[in-house]
Amino acid sequence: MTETTLGLFTIFVLSVFVGFEVISKVSSTLHTPLMSGANAIHGVILIGSMVILGTAHGGMQITLGFVAVVLATVNAVGGFVVTDRMLQMFKGRRK
Amino acid sequence: MSRADTVELVYLLCAVSFIVALKGLSTPRHARAGNLVGAAGMTVAVAVTFATPGLHRALLIVGAIALGSAIGLPAARSVKMTAIPQMVAAFNGVGGAAAALVSLAEFDRSSTETGLGTAAAVLLSALIGAVSFTGSAVTFAKLQELMTGRPVVLPAQRLINLLLGASTVGLVVWGLAARSVLAAVLLTIVALVLGVLFVLPVGGADVPVVISLLNSFTGLAVAATGAVLRTPLLLVAGTLVGASGTLLTRMMSQAMGRPLSNILFGAITAQPTTVVTGDSDDRSVRTGTVDDVAVLLAYARQVVIVPGYGLAVAQAQHTIRELADLLEHRGVEVVYGIHPVAGRMPGHMNVLLAEANVPYEQLREMDEVNPQLPLTDVVLVVGANDVVNPAARDLPGSPIYGMPILNVDEAHAVVFLKRSMRPGFAGIDNALLYDPKTTMLFGDAKDTLNALVAAVPTA
Repeated sequence: MTETTLGLFTIFVLSVFVGFEVISKVSSTLHTPLMSGANAIHGVILIGSMVILGTAHGGMQITLGFVAVVLATVNAVGGFVVTDRMLQMFKGRRK
Repeated sequence: MSRADTVELVYLLCAVSFIVALKGLSTPRHARAGNLVGAAGMTVAVAVTFATPGLHRALLIVGAIALGSAIGLPAARSVKMTAIPQMVAAFNGVGGAAAALVSLAEFDRSSTETGLGTAAAVLLSALIGAVSFTGSAVTFAKLQELMTGRPVVLPAQRLINLLLGASTVGLVVWGLAARSVLAAVLLTIVALVLGVLFVLPVGGADVPVVISLLNSFTGLAVAATGAVLRTPLLLVAGTLVGASGTLLTRMMSQAMGRPLSNILFGAITAQPTTVVTGDSDDRSVRTGTVDDVAVLLAYARQVVIVPGYGLAVAQAQHTIRELADLLEHRGVEVVYGIHPVAGRMPGHMNVLLAEANVPYEQLREMDEVNPQLPLTDVVLVVGANDVVNPAARDLPGSPIYGMPILNVDEAHAVVFLKRSMRPGFAGIDNALLYDPKTTMLFGDAKDTLNALVAAVPTA
């Protein structure tokens, strides 16, 4: 399934609206966990990094891909774990 | 259905899981579940990527993921809660770097046959990803106190910015016209410098807003990379983060009572004289909404209420008891910290509260409550000011220096219910009002408390 440029642009525009809509009302207490959770989600660049490393030609591209996979994993794994730790404390307070 | 189609279909599910995750993260009740849904979506996405047709070096990929996990996991597990902002900045920075690297590698592979739109996406991703990387690095250094938290402005900052801006435009045009990989690499280098200069002028207290902004930058860089690779999942997830991050950044700067432009460029545009003398005017006050404070209170472990004369004036002692009862009902431990001069005469406040049937055992004298304050989640200061002013303890020149105070500045968060920013009885400015952990709720104490009583049950 290859995406046309127009198709990609359509997805982009719709996603902007979803992104705005989805967090339209949020308490300031949750600002930091939300930021951290969103931070983990852009760790999805890991998928792109994997594709680059898995289809690379030559040492240069392999090196770039490898570094990208490592960095993206740090982003995704660290992001989700640290957000969970934050929210865990939140829940403990509720009793 | 081909294998590629199956992969795409699973990616769609993962994109949906990210939307659900963000939605969950924005309500206290579902925040943790939301985060787990996001993590599950990410895991599935990674797993299914191995099934992509034509993907080689599976072992090397697994090794790289293992290495990344070995770095990220202990870091996330061991970080102290006080150091969370710089940890988020670090994770954000490496994500931005990964986006830039992926785009550059893809450009290197297919530069000559790259379409104009894709080339633009490559340059955009490299530019924003690199800015996000070094910008986050500087934020990290500021928060970790590896460098000064004060705004840093270079002598010829405007000229430098102009030159960097011009070279950015030039390199983008060159890269687009010639599909030149060299131009993209040079652009990345310029962007790395831009990222540093972008964050240096921001003061320490404003840094969380910048982290949020850089977070949305990385989202956009990932979205651009998604366009380069023609992977809708990356495009959707990156755009979601970019859009919601932009909105979040705006909400945060609004909560600090300052426009974003002032936070980012205040130090550059300020005249040198105001930097020296305008200290007090530049301080920002964080105003919260009733809903924010209701959530803060409802999910606290211990709340200390500090009532002052303003409470008595507003005849709000009954309402505050209602609020305290609601919180106790939710399992929050509530006590009242009574300053010796709360009200207008010693013991005045105890009388007022007893009149409202506040249980005696909830009333604590100053000397009893002060040792508890460092362990307190939220202090709710209602109509008091001077009795919690740290100047009495810290500023030898202050007229109230030496007055015993409730050390509410030692609590995790402070909420002031006040009519205005006017100084209190003694007419002395209270630095605590400008503290980053302080939230202001302006208005009549009774009206505000009634609103809180209405908001807490739904928090």
